[in-house]
Amino acid sequence: MKSFAARVEEERPYLIRYASLQLRDSHAAEDAVQEALVAALAGEAGFAGRSNLRTWLTGILKHKIVDIIRRASRENALAPDPLAEVAELDALFDETGHWADAPSAWPDPGNSLEQKQFFAVLEECLARLPAKTARAFMMREHMGFETDEICQEIGVTPTHCWVLLYRARMALRECLQTNWFRK
Amino acid sequence: MKLTCKEATRLVSQGLDRKLGPRDWLRLRFHLAICDACAAFTRQMEFLRRAIQRLS
Repeated sequence: MKSFAARVEEERPYLIRYASLQLRDSHAAEDAVQEALVAALAGEAGFAGRSNLRTWLTGILKHKIVDIIRRASRENALAPDPLAEVAELDALFDETGHWADAPSAWPDPGNSLEQKQFFAVLEECLARLPAKTARAFMMREHMGFETDEICQEIGVTPTHCWVLLYRARMALRECLQTNWFRK
Repeated sequence: MKLTCKEATRLVSQGLDRKLGPRDWLRLRFHLAICDACAAFTRQMEFLRRAIQRLS
């Protein structure tokens, strides 16, 4: 039977991918995973008897990701995202505020959630978001933070925070429309 | 008083992040009741939230 350390180590590639998706910086992602693995090995007793090693490790990793975001916002490591996306957003609507290309219902979205390929496309769409926008969005939607916490952690005003989240959602919708649901 | 689609999408998004004030909430409900495109958009946003939560 494999040692606990070996089983933990096997999860490293998965955890790196997970952290990269949220941090958008490969060095920061490696740091977060390294800290999580060290904590996991030191806290093996905390795992005792739980069924899923990956879930347990991901839980530890989430805390490390938040720590790193906190540190980074103190050091102001992330430059503000370019405002170009605002213009991109404007292109979705005409000058009277109506849709240039009106959305119609996505066919059988529940079925997409059953497909691995769908999540690969979603990840690709997330990777196209500017870094700060992606962080804010993942903190909100994946990690379940409230907006005021997100603003604090990434160092922006609440209004800016809502704008980031709005932009992320609009961009992801466009991306999924084009690359998954098509027209 | 009436919302444009652009304003409606912004309120739909904000509604996922905070409780809308009664005036915005009402204006948005009214817009969604008469605008199929924005109603479809709202369902897409709800779907996006479910999808991101399932991402592993």
